[in-house]
Amino acid sequence: MDEATLVKAKGICKTFPGVKALVNVDFELRSGEIHCLMGENGAGKSTLIKVLTGVEILDAGEIFLAGQPIAPSSPHHAQQLGISTVYQEVNLCSNLSVAENIFIGREPLRFGSIDWKEMNRRSQDLLAKMSLNIDVTQPLERYSVAIQQMVAIARALDISAKVLILDEPTSSLDAKEVEKLFGLMSKLKAEGLGIIFVTHFIEQVYAVSDRITILRNGELVGSYETANLPRVQLIAKMIGKAFEGFESSCKNAKDSNPKESRNAFLRVRGLGHKGSIHPFDLAINRGEVLGLVGLLGSGRTELARTIFGIDRADSGEIVIEGQTVAIHSPADAIQYGLAYCSENRKTEGIIENLSVRENIVLALQGKLGWMKYIPKKKQVEISNKYIQLLNIKTSGLEQNIKNLSGGNQQKVMLARWLLTEPKLLILDEPTRGIDVGAKVEIQKLILSLAETGMSVIFISSELDESLRCSSRMAVLRDRVKIAEISEEEMEEKYIMQTIAGV
Amino acid sequence: MEKIGYLWNRFTSSKLCWPLAALFFVLLFNFFFTKNFFTIEIKDGHFYGVTIDILNRAAPLMLLAIGMTLVIATKGIDISVGSMIAISGAVAASLIGGKLEYVDGVKTLVTLVPMPVAILAALLVTTLLGMWNGLLVSKVGIQPIVATLILLVAGRGIAQLITQGQIITVYYKPFQFIGTGYVLGLPFSLFIVGLVFGITLYAVRKTALGMFIESIGINAVASRFAGINVSKYIFSVYAFSGLCAGLAGLIICSNVSSADGNNAGLFIELDAILAVSLGGNSLDGGRFSLVGSLIGALVIQSITTTIYALGVPPEITLVVKSVVVIIICLLQSAKFRKMVFAKWAQKRGIISEKNAAKL
Repeated sequence: MDEATLVKAKGICKTFPGVKALVNVDFELRSGEIHCLMGENGAGKSTLIKVLTGVEILDAGEIFLAGQPIAPSSPHHAQQLGISTVYQEVNLCSNLSVAENIFIGREPLRFGSIDWKEMNRRSQDLLAKMSLNIDVTQPLERYSVAIQQMVAIARALDISAKVLILDEPTSSLDAKEVEKLFGLMSKLKAEGLGIIFVTHFIEQVYAVSDRITILRNGELVGSYETANLPRVQLIAKMIGKAFEGFESSCKNAKDSNPKESRNAFLRVRGLGHKGSIHPFDLAINRGEVLGLVGLLGSGRTELARTIFGIDRADSGEIVIEGQTVAIHSPADAIQYGLAYCSENRKTEGIIENLSVRENIVLALQGKLGWMKYIPKKKQVEISNKYIQLLNIKTSGLEQNIKNLSGGNQQKVMLARWLLTEPKLLILDEPTRGIDVGAKVEIQKLILSLAETGMSVIFISSELDESLRCSSRMAVLRDRVKIAEISEEEMEEKYIMQTIAGV
Repeated sequence: MEKIGYLWNRFTSSKLCWPLAALFFVLLFNFFFTKNFFTIEIKDGHFYGVTIDILNRAAPLMLLAIGMTLVIATKGIDISVGSMIAISGAVAASLIGGKLEYVDGVKTLVTLVPMPVAILAALLVTTLLGMWNGLLVSKVGIQPIVATLILLVAGRGIAQLITQGQIITVYYKPFQFIGTGYVLGLPFSLFIVGLVFGITLYAVRKTALGMFIESIGINAVASRFAGINVSKYIFSVYAFSGLCAGLAGLIICSNVSSADGNNAGLFIELDAILAVSLGGNSLDGGRFSLVGSLIGALVIQSITTTIYALGVPPEITLVVKSVVVIIICLLQSAKFRKMVFAKWAQKRGIISEKNAAKL
């Protein structure tokens, strides 16, 4: 082990019920470096961090800190050992003062009461070291998110200062604030700290990091010097290139789609929502599967939400079948024949504690209104039809939906939307977190739906899946729609270059 | 035998099992300790007895519980119903007034406005106040308990304003029929409860309202995404709760022939919430049972009546009531039952195993 190695993790394995989150992952952090941890959603980044910080206990493997084997058993224990974490959302009390936030739980005492003078003085010193001169007696909420973030870092550093983990610290910061944070990170790096930096922004990776470790599906892809890893290769390694399962039948179905019959079902001009998606133009033809690609946080979901009226557009217009329409809410969108299957199945999709039947008929009933009640007999009939059609595995119609597996819940969501007979179906990560068999079923379903003339917007983080299903693609980066890729140009390397922006 | 076993299993696993058990035990207690509890006589063509009295007195609470059930099912709460009762009574009483006048030497009662107009006005006012609550919760986004707290506090003031700080007495006889009259030998107020209950039950089970309300209570975000106009339904349940409170207010006001802005319906909102909870409904929203809430209301009124019937000294009635309520709540908690009865069940299991071994 060389001198500079600060943290070394060997053969880390972690299994959750049904999921292998980490398989034999090695990781090494040197002192005085900023090390990026990269990977798409579900790649195992957060699990690795949780293992390092004692939130999760590893199943197998070893962790060494400065050559000594350690076994962090809780975040508190990890902090004592010298590993601190600052999370994406600032975990501080915004109505307490800056100094209180830094010393909460370990206030300096004098004769049994809090020594405010000492606490404020030490806070001032700590922040001064980070070239931050603010009034520490002011409540934290007075300051910008960036400053709050730095206060969180100051707190983490004061507790222990060997390893600092920053989990997506920049996602709520603007460009200037990011710069400030990077300045601080470089400073800390020069002091010999090891920093693990998790982010989805490729630009930032290349701006600050020294090395990159890439994970995919819980496995280690490799560790690389940032300078020696071109962006396209980074993305290729993150997304992976598994083309073994390519089904030619799917492709044929796609090609057989007669182009002449296509005319635009929906046309969007300059639609945007401040803070989530820049104004974009988009047209979707009948019977077309439009893939939205881009990295996580690039604005794919935000684009869909704006069309569907979840986030009310503050600019632009939507034209459906030649008519300009006003969509202010999902209910409006559904009336115009739109359907949106959210990526957050649990929080934005299923209604727990309601039965499979009720979950299936919900959107159709919503479309009809409360007066036009679908008789129970009819509900049973149509639910059964879709359970058979989509091959939903459930012990019965009245089964509580939360008892179904993820894949079957997803199929119930599909059934809910298909029942409303949409003309445009927006699917946001419909295959996330479900097993391979169900994935293929859903992909086939999408293609057969398109054949019947339904338009589909397909959002997926898996590039090969998007390639397989889409007949056209729109690429997003940093909340801007940057390109459209026609079927002829749809080639993996080109798409990745577009995503990476080179 | 098998069929009975099946039915029994269905009953014990149903949500109404524990509310019914609670009611059963309260009644059982009375069967042994309260004289003539179940005796029903016919006097002047009316049914008369303690049980009828309980039903009659529970009428306002049952009405509140119906409205409250829907509000709670949307994960909300309405703590302003007590104040709305006071306002409803104040509006009706001040509009009817009822002066004694001598017309041609004959004593006649005169109303300021016709009684139906007064009643409609009272219901309209409370419905509007319910809408105000609904507006604050659904459009302005204030937390339900805070939004309705405003009216809880301000409502009594409004009632005082209407009655000009006085207790208004209603002499107009026909108005007293609402709270004291009999139809077919039964108190008229029960028919009001029956009508409201019937309409509500039909609305939530024979239209899609019930499913929407439950869906909103469980997951408002997902419901909105599924195309349900969430704020419209939340707004409506508060308005409906206001209407129910208005009806309850009329019954109470009519029953005592007066409107007291200070004390009419004081703390009854807590009883209403308790009734919903005793009825096996979760305060966390979602699945609800209207029947359960009615049973809950009857349990509460039975306890109150029992305490009076037993002659418990007035200074400790509240303590006795609270002890009974605590016991019922504990019995309804699955966690508590598991904690206490697990050992007992285990023992029994061992005994029955031993018995089986003997055989």
